Amino acid sequence: MLDISPAEWTAVLLSLKVGIVATLVATPIGIAIAWLLARHNFWGKSAVDALIYLPLVLPPVVTGYLLLLTFGRRGLVGGWLADYLGIVFAFRWTGAALACGIMSFPLLVRPIRLSIEAVDRRLEQAASTLGAAPWRVFWTVTLPLALPGVLAGMVLGFAKAIGEFGATITFVSNIPGETQTISAAIYTLTQVPDGDAAALRLVAVSIVISMIALVASEWFARRATQRLHGI
Amino acid sequence: MLRVDVRKQLGNLAIEVAFRSEGRVTGLFGSSGAGKTSLVNMIAGLLRPDRGVIAVGDDILDDTSAGIHLAPHRRRIGYVFQDARLFPHLSVTQNLDYGRRMNGVTFDRANQERIVALLDIGKLLSRRTGQLSGGERQRVALGRALLTQPRLLLLDEPLGSLDAERKAEILPYLIRLRDETGIPMVYVSHDPKELRQLEAQVVILRRGRVDAFGGPEILPGASADALALESRDRSPGAG
Repeated sequence: MLDISPAEWTAVLLSLKVGIVATLVATPIGIAIAWLLARHNFWGKSAVDALIYLPLVLPPVVTGYLLLLTFGRRGLVGGWLADYLGIVFAFRWTGAALACGIMSFPLLVRPIRLSIEAVDRRLEQAASTLGAAPWRVFWTVTLPLALPGVLAGMVLGFAKAIGEFGATITFVSNIPGETQTISAAIYTLTQVPDGDAAALRLVAVSIVISMIALVASEWFARRATQRLHGI
Repeated sequence: MLRVDVRKQLGNLAIEVAFRSEGRVTGLFGSSGAGKTSLVNMIAGLLRPDRGVIAVGDDILDDTSAGIHLAPHRRRIGYVFQDARLFPHLSVTQNLDYGRRMNGVTFDRANQERIVALLDIGKLLSRRTGQLSGGERQRVALGRALLTQPRLLLLDEPLGSLDAERKAEILPYLIRLRDETGIPMVYVSHDPKELRQLEAQVVILRRGRVDAFGGPEILPGASADALALESRDRSPGAG
């Protein structure tokens, strides 16, 4: 078996923690925004749309630097959060989760939005004639029917979050045990002599994690699709 | 009593309809594109009239001059669509129970059993909706709407997607419904035979306007389509 050292385990567990927290926090926000974009027209919609996809096209280092300027200790938002709420992102794992959440957000939102758009609005109308208020229509009809897309978005977002490198390292640096994720650890190992074996072990671990995520999402999506067809 | 007096511009179609019906069944008759479904959607609250009034009994549901527009979920109007629209992610039982859950009403076993028996859907309760035939889907949709205890039931060509045999299967249930529940119905159809069997008060719509209003006798009796249907249904073995 792979002989993974405690330091390497730390990086693996930290990556999982960052990826899971980023995905879990981003999912409800992503669902709300996907629903707004799919079902409503409002002033500035195309601007919101563009803003969400921006991290996908910007160089990750630029996103990381913007995060540093905004959420750093002396940043506009970061300073306020630290002073009044005691929340610090700079050089903490929470900052890594923030960077990963923002970088993975476009991949998370897109499948959710597409699946909400695909929900038959006539079923939503039927629900409203049966006495369901709009928010209950959303919870009892729209969201359950969009579930395959939500799961797909979560898996894609998680996969992206766990592999994020550029924005994270720019924003929260590469501190072992705090912000050094698998990607950053592999990068560090490639920069030192005799690091190859350890780097390859981490490569193997990330392949295993990605495979598990993909297989799990396929399984969930298949189950959910069967449910949707009333079988 | 149903009172409708509305105007609505929908693309090229200008709907301008006024009638007052006291009948147990109000039939909306007309060819496709006459504005039948749009009118029913306005009564359900899914479509907002540009101008006018919709009232059931003493309750005003829409009155544009007073700025009143009651949301669909507050109208207590049951709606059976041509395509049933059962929720695919729920079982038949859960579909039937949906309205009760949404309206926060306590479970009424006697009422549920009465309607299940009326529509003869007891055997379907544990099924998934994907396993139902067209006629079964329509009966479940009817039950789902009835279980919300509506004050008015809208039926938009509920037999439209069924073949003659299935139509003959459902019609008796509709007649029982009319006689046993006492819930007034608005029944949309382009088949005069259905409206005659239901003894509906008929509103004939043509291009968004009321062409005629009266008893079933105003329905066209000799249209080739209707004759063909009737002779087929009278033949032995049908229904």
